[in-house]
Amino acid sequence: MKNKSFLFISCEEAQIICDKSQYKEATLWEKFKLSLRFLWCRITRTYVSKNKKLTQSLKQSKVTCLKQSEKENLKETLQKELKKQEH
Amino acid sequence: MPKHTIDPNQWIDLYSDYLFNFTVSRVNDREKAKDLVQDTFFAGLKSMKNFKGEASERTWLISILKRKIIDHYRKINSNKGKAEIRVEFNSEDDEGSWLEKRVADPDYKTAEDTIINEELGDAIYNCLNKLPQKQATVFRMKTIEGLETDTICNELNITPSNLWVIIHRARITMAECMEKNWF
Repeated sequence: MKNKSFLFISCEEAQIICDKSQYKEATLWEKFKLSLRFLWCRITRTYVSKNKKLTQSLKQSKVTCLKQSEKENLKETLQKELKKQEH
Repeated sequence: MPKHTIDPNQWIDLYSDYLFNFTVSRVNDREKAKDLVQDTFFAGLKSMKNFKGEASERTWLISILKRKIIDHYRKINSNKGKAEIRVEFNSEDDEGSWLEKRVADPDYKTAEDTIINEELGDAIYNCLNKLPQKQATVFRMKTIEGLETDTICNELNITPSNLWVIIHRARITMAECMEKNWF
């Protein structure tokens, strides 16, 4: 039983490994366990396919955003400006 | 009666990323984009009284930003999109005869590519806005900013397993939303 859980993972675990793998943070062992589940689990296969599609779209769009620190600075500046207007 | 209300205190959290992404894709300069977004918010504050509530806050801010981007291009009198002309002397015999050489723009994209990417960017940000605040923050930091797991965990005071669960939930919602609106 112990050996089984050692090799076989739950659907949610498999999906989280798939997520990690989108950011190249899954270990070889995790990828192996995901591949095993991928072979027989239709839900995992569907998730992997959708997840890859999402990653591709994100890469293709080249979306960008402000860094947290830049947002904080902007917030501060805007607050000052807002206060100036209120006076 | 106005359908939409205005709240400048929420602008940065709700719209700064969307506006910034919109601007970067049009001016190709991160610093300039930041300035333009800031100018847009300032202009928004000044003309808040003119907001009639007929359009959403975001649409209204985008219309201000579009004008700022046009003003930016007017200022720099940009030659963006035109072929670069290089003038060379070939040899001593040819000295004085001009050769015009058209050089391909290395970042050349067709108008169609650009439009598709912009629309895709819009679709992604629309889906991102539907995520709960915490999921959106973690997803943005990990996926768009490309920060390391440890950095995010330290900053948000969460464990790596928490982070992956949050990312997982965010990715499920994002994939469903993109399925409906894009794929």
